[in-house]
Amino acid sequence: MAKLTGTVVIDIEHCKGCELCIDACPEKTLALSKSINKVGYRYAEQANDNCTGCANCSLMCPDSVITVYRKINK
Amino acid sequence: MGEIKLMKGNEALAEAMIREGCDAYFGYPITPQSEVLEYLSIDAHKRTGMVVLQSESEVSAINMVYGAAAAGKRVMTTSSSPGMSLMQEGISYIASAELPCVLANVMRGGPGLGTIQPSQGDYFQSVKGGGHGDYHMIVLAPSSVQEMVNYVGLGFELAEKYRTPVMLLADGAIGQMMEKVELPDQKPRKTVFPDWATTGKIAGKPRRYITSLNIKPEEMEKINHILQNKYAEITKNEVRYVTKNIEDAEYIFTGFGLGARICTKAMEIAREKGYKVGMIRPQTVWPFPTEIYNKTSKNLKGILCVEMNAGQMVEDVKLSVNGQCPVEFYGRTGGMLPSPDEIIEKFEECFIKGGK
Amino acid sequence: MSNFNSDIISPENLVYKKPSTLTDTPLHYCPGCGHGTVHKLLMEVIEEMGIQNDTIGVAPVGCSVFAYHYMDVDMQEAAHGRACAVATGIKRCFPERYVFTYQGDGDLAAIGTAETIHAANRGENILTIFINNGIYGMTSGQMAPTTLEGMVTTTSPHGRNVKEQGYPLKISDLIAPLPGVAYVTRQSVHKPANVRKLKKAIKQGLEYQKKGLGYCMIEVVSNCPSNLKISALEANKFVENEMLPFYPLGDIKVPEVK
Ligand SMILES: Cc1ncc(C[n+]2csc(CCOP(=O)(O)OP(=O)(O)O)c2C)c(N)n1
Ligand code: SF4
Repeated sequence: MAKLTGTVVIDIEHCKGCELCIDACPEKTLALSKSINKVGYRYAEQANDNCTGCANCSLMCPDSVITVYRKINK
Repeated sequence: MGEIKLMKGNEALAEAMIREGCDAYFGYPITPQSEVLEYLSIDAHKRTGMVVLQSESEVSAINMVYGAAAAGKRVMTTSSSPGMSLMQEGISYIASAELPCVLANVMRGGPGLGTIQPSQGDYFQSVKGGGHGDYHMIVLAPSSVQEMVNYVGLGFELAEKYRTPVMLLADGAIGQMMEKVELPDQKPRKTVFPDWATTGKIAGKPRRYITSLNIKPEEMEKINHILQNKYAEITKNEVRYVTKNIEDAEYIFTGFGLGARICTKAMEIAREKGYKVGMIRPQTVWPFPTEIYNKTSKNLKGILCVEMNAGQMVEDVKLSVNGQCPVEFYGRTGGMLPSPDEIIEKFEECFIKGGK
Repeated sequence: MSNFNSDIISPENLVYKKPSTLTDTPLHYCPGCGHGTVHKLLMEVIEEMGIQNDTIGVAPVGCSVFAYHYMDVDMQEAAHGRACAVATGIKRCFPERYVFTYQGDGDLAAIGTAETIHAANRGENILTIFINNGIYGMTSGQMAPTTLEGMVTTTSPHGRNVKEQGYPLKISDLIAPLPGVAYVTRQSVHKPANVRKLKKAIKQGLEYQKKGLGYCMIEVVSNCPSNLKISALEANKFVENEMLPFYPLGDIKVPEVK
């Protein structure tokens, strides 16, 4: 069966840590960072490799900081 | 020479608009200027393709003007006093965003709903601001139907040169009276738009945006400085006025628009009576022709300012004269016109019998 | 930055990236505010339709007054409430351009009601994106015409009392019956599926405009976490549990001829 592998690249300096992406991720891939960015927000980051590249997080992100990649492994 | 016609002031204004290549007119009916929209509604669109739209209010009309002007089009609206009051917010935005457009106020008697008869009660509103913030419009004061026509072309020229709103400050009498006018030839409508106009982004160039907002006070102050420098430039270059018989004058009658027209008659009567009276008539009430008053008043025994209001332009006359000679005022309000006889009577009372 | 599966990062695997029609200026909106999401969707559609150079936008006063800093199209900032009049001025002069307004509920349904209804009634061929967050965002949380009954705001501190303060206004339902109106739909951005639907609706609206069908309005039931003084997630729950029962999602009017 084809397996989906995904990953996200997050522009952490422009993330405001609203957590909408974290909530939207069906794979519970994302979490809030422990450190803060230059503006002072904790930012979203990938916490595991469960990402399937469904792009729900990027759909929800008001600041368009998430880029999503997906590969179908045959 | 252009086409000569006998025309009503408001209709001549509308005809001039068409011929000056105006792209769009937005307006709302109000007496005594409704003929402008009515005239344009007949066939202006057919003649030049210009947009003519009756808006739902003067608030909308001035904001439609904002949109069209910001997109680089030649655009006009007209109204009368109460309607002009509604437009003040929009005019402030237009001045701040530096958008060229021409407005005409065919004034009627106020305050409040007032009367539909002619008045000059909106002088302060037009030249001192009206809307919020530090801004000016160039304000042209026609005193004949011919000037109503001429100032449309001049208005667009100045508006586009300085990226600023220009107002024709007329009154109900000039709007309604019929006179012989020479009309300009039909000009083509614009096909090229200024770089700043939001006509849709040009590939490879940065987007344009039109705004009057700058949240940072130091930036907003810079914008104010730009505006003030522009106003200084306009004041230097664009003062317009006419004088009559000032060479030997001991007294000056002054007024703008229709008020000045009545003064001319009064001056003639005064001259017949042996008084050495001259005239100054500002054609731009902003910028105000301060210098000519200042220069002339040194040798005068007095100035009588005549207006169809309770005394508005007279303040600018006094500021210009700066105490060099007495300045008196005669005005009628509420739609009443001062008569030449009344002016003479006031003149004699102030300067002859009173013995100043 | 941890990067799991970073080996798949390559153009052919790209699923989503910020549209090129958004500028690089960081949005000033509060964390989790729906404004950003709607900006993004609108700009995605404009990018996909290839109409960046054919579009003129109008953003009036409200939190989104700075939309011109973010949307990489020619833009005009309008006075509070006057967006539809400004857009009329543009569209009448440039009928071949796509013209949109982007307005808040206070802007569109209070101070600008006349401009909105009359633009709609004239069938102005423009698209209005109407952000209904039930509150005045920019001025810090006063009651909006759309504020729900009983909802606490700074000017309805005891909850909106409809007997005194009027009823929440369903302006979309009000304008939908007008003959000049082609398309009215109510969408939201509180869940990924809704975000997808809103994007389709925006595309639909601009396509209708291209066909010259008349006035189109897309209401977006959105959040204002800052003024509700709750987190973005809670604000989206508020949208789902409190706003949507009163402002149900879906098409209110679609054009007969497609
Ligand atoms: C004539 C005028 N009156 C009042 C204001 C103040 N004001 C600015 S934005 C706003 C309300 C904004 O609310 P909304 O339109 O719902 O947009 P949001 O900020 O919630 O996105 C008000 C009352 C103004 N700018 N101009
Ligand atoms: S105040 Fe409300 S509407 Fe405005 S940016 Fe913040 S969350 Fe968004």
